[in-house]
Amino acid sequence: MNITQSLLPEAAVILPLKTDEDVVRLRKQVREELLALGFSLVDQTKMVTAASELARNTLRYGGGGEAHIETLQEDSRVGLALAFADNGPGIADIKLALTDGYTTGGGLGLGLSGAKRLVDTFEIDTALGEGTVVKITKWRRL
Amino acid sequence: MDRIPILRMGQFLLVTIQVDMHDKLAMTLQDDLTARIVKDRAKGVLIDISALDIVDSFIGRMISNTAAMAKILDAKTVVVGMQPAVAITLVELGLTLEGVETALNVELGMKLLNRGGDTWI
Repeated sequence: MNITQSLLPEAAVILPLKTDEDVVRLRKQVREELLALGFSLVDQTKMVTAASELARNTLRYGGGGEAHIETLQEDSRVGLALAFADNGPGIADIKLALTDGYTTGGGLGLGLSGAKRLVDTFEIDTALGEGTVVKITKWRRL
Repeated sequence: MDRIPILRMGQFLLVTIQVDMHDKLAMTLQDDLTARIVKDRAKGVLIDISALDIVDSFIGRMISNTAAMAKILDAKTVVVGMQPAVAITLVELGLTLEGVETALNVELGMKLLNRGGDTWI
């Protein structure tokens, strides 16, 4: 799979996810973007938390990768889109991976399923041996 | 590597998390806390998270693990100062902090620990 094709076409910001500190930087960046867009505190927290879960997955299970951040604008509404991509082993069974509590790494198994609950749209593109891309979006509630 | 300081207050340990921790720092804290509970024969641990604007499943697990280890060592764990947005997000995330009592602030947390963790009074 060509990872770059699935990613956000006009990503405003691209951040590497190769180290623990990169995950911290990503959280900070996402928070700043959401703040600038006028998201409510609760929605900011949810999106940053989702981003943290997915960024960690990219790092721990995907062997490292990158995050793309893009501002969305549709008529009068604004939102934020994030994509997390890696060239790692991919996920064999997406349905299983999205089950609460399922983990292959000794974690809580809430990363993917939890992130899905915290955002408005959630897409995952993965195949064994072909890497993984997860895209999430959240719209500002007025 | 920087470490999060752990203070001793009588029989209790107090940790105030004021930085956005990267995973290794969180793991180090978990290990440090466990070691200190043993070393100081602490009866309780207060984790002040009032400065944290997010708690994700990794940090949540760190807190639950710490509480589980503390329990084995006969100590109670109280988390204080959880921000409302964090609480809302944790519920939606599906994260329950197992074995962890909560309190609004350090003072109330200490009262909780002094009472042996009873939440009824």
